[in-house]
Amino acid sequence: MTTAELKKFAAKIRLETVKEIGARGFGHLGGALSVVDALAVLYGGAMNIDPKNPDWADRDKLVMSKGHAGPALYATLALKGYFPLEWLATLNQPGTKLPSHCDRKLTPGIDMTTGSLGQGVSTAIGLALAQKMDGKNARTYLFVGDGECNEGQVWEGALFAPQHKLDNLILFVDYNHKQLDGTTEEIIDMGDITAKFSAFGWHAQSIDGGDMKAIENAIELAKSKKNKPSCIVLNTVKGAGVPCVAAIKLNHHIVLDGELLKTAINECEEALSKAEAGAK
Amino acid sequence: MVIYDGSMDKDVYKNIFGKTMEALANEDKDVVYLDCDLMNSFGTHNFWKKNKVQAINCGISEANMMGIAAGLSAGGKKPYVHTFGPFATRRSYDQSFLSIAYAGNSVRIFGSDPGVTAAFNGGTHMPFEDMALMRAIPHSTVIDITDGSMLEAIMRQIKDRSGLTYVRTTRKNYPAVYSADHKFTIGKGEILRDGKDITIIACGLMVGEAMKAAQMLEEKGVSVQIVDMFTVKPFDTELVVKCAKKTGGVVTAENHNVIGGLGDAVGAALLESGMSVRMKKVGVNDEFGSVGPQDYLQEFYGLAATKLMQTTEKLLK
Repeated sequence: MTTAELKKFAAKIRLETVKEIGARGFGHLGGALSVVDALAVLYGGAMNIDPKNPDWADRDKLVMSKGHAGPALYATLALKGYFPLEWLATLNQPGTKLPSHCDRKLTPGIDMTTGSLGQGVSTAIGLALAQKMDGKNARTYLFVGDGECNEGQVWEGALFAPQHKLDNLILFVDYNHKQLDGTTEEIIDMGDITAKFSAFGWHAQSIDGGDMKAIENAIELAKSKKNKPSCIVLNTVKGAGVPCVAAIKLNHHIVLDGELLKTAINECEEALSKAEAGAK
Repeated sequence: MVIYDGSMDKDVYKNIFGKTMEALANEDKDVVYLDCDLMNSFGTHNFWKKNKVQAINCGISEANMMGIAAGLSAGGKKPYVHTFGPFATRRSYDQSFLSIAYAGNSVRIFGSDPGVTAAFNGGTHMPFEDMALMRAIPHSTVIDITDGSMLEAIMRQIKDRSGLTYVRTTRKNYPAVYSADHKFTIGKGEILRDGKDITIIACGLMVGEAMKAAQMLEEKGVSVQIVDMFTVKPFDTELVVKCAKKTGGVVTAENHNVIGGLGDAVGAALLESGMSVRMKKVGVNDEFGSVGPQDYLQEFYGLAATKLMQTTEKLLK
């Protein structure tokens, strides 16, 4: 995809994510929206995948360790054809295949069950190790939240991956500076996360997490680095791309109905029209 | 075949584990062994030195190890993990619960030094609650190893078993009970000794103690049936009911807290089967671990054959 096409893809993911959470009336919208641009780049071409064959053994894998961003990933997968778009309206409904947090047993295209923060770092390491053991030319991509980086397990994994030279592991930190109870600065200030990963032995980059070209370039650079895992700190905004959601101070989990839902959909549709015009 | 004569297994179990682990890795390229800096304590150090692809030292990070094992399973591997019992269960419980079991991964977790066998490492390293914790994980398998033949057989048998399997075993040795070619069925208890007056259902360390107690009781004219319930989950309710019907009384014996372990599994099975029998649980009575030689600790917590004999006699009165 061209950059303009990626922007269009991201705008579609945002619209579908808002409609999906809106159908249930509440959900983890803020932190879902902040990872959308990176998801668009990954599923728009950076990852080696086959939506028709979600269990393809040689595929790249993705672990959404901040499992509450599942709805954004579901919208991405649905748009890529992993399952029908209509499934999105079943989010968190009884019997759904799309639960609040990712479940590898339920959803086509979900490579790992997540939800208990920090755990996806270790499971992604396990997936990357298995790919290496099998001599596969495949990668594992991993998303962690900035608040999630409070968890000790993140740093246990951060020590392990360089020791085992896991250059097929690419970790994104969604640095949107907000966790459930407030800003990361007022709760546990993660400071210079890039420097922290770098000090742990990772190849670490810090980029604008809303800049398609920057994300693409950072992934390409990460892929070229041998013998060490890569960390890409995405400087993002919680609620990115949907101003009425971004403006809510505590937007980790919000009620999304009535006027707010209408406004959010309008904002997404406007952004999509603009992106479509740009892609022509 | 049951070969019990009171003599100890010749080899210590950490050696059996190390030898078997290396053999399994050689036989199946998908087998992976992970440890948290305790390979030199569990007989696997030489294997790791030889094969750093299939033996992975995670350093001292149990939560991370459980997650990596889960990821390896999702990637098609057959992970075996080991650390001391409390760290293999309590310390990394949420990782085992979610990343392994809930996520549908298959991992074989070995917790060494169960209960009083932690001896000189003391209370911090002495799990009396590990079986209770692991039983509470849906669809889990929980095994308390009786002897060296069983350890090797179970290690081989669980290689392709799905789900979370927790195995507790001493690093040292217990009395030899089974011949090397004995066939075990996970979920089925073993009748080690036939008797008509009372049944003792034991696991792990307490199987040997139960056999000693039965010998002492026989000298007093009491005929004791002994069951080795090495699989604490899934549970062999059928065998428990059969033995209770036959002898009319059951004593359970476990190197574990009486809350949540073998005794509770037996009690629940009996009650839910509508059985009204005399029953007594022998185990650790809601206490923390402490430090000392194993024989001292067995006396201290009431896990010696003499205590088991006295409890059994009292129940018969």
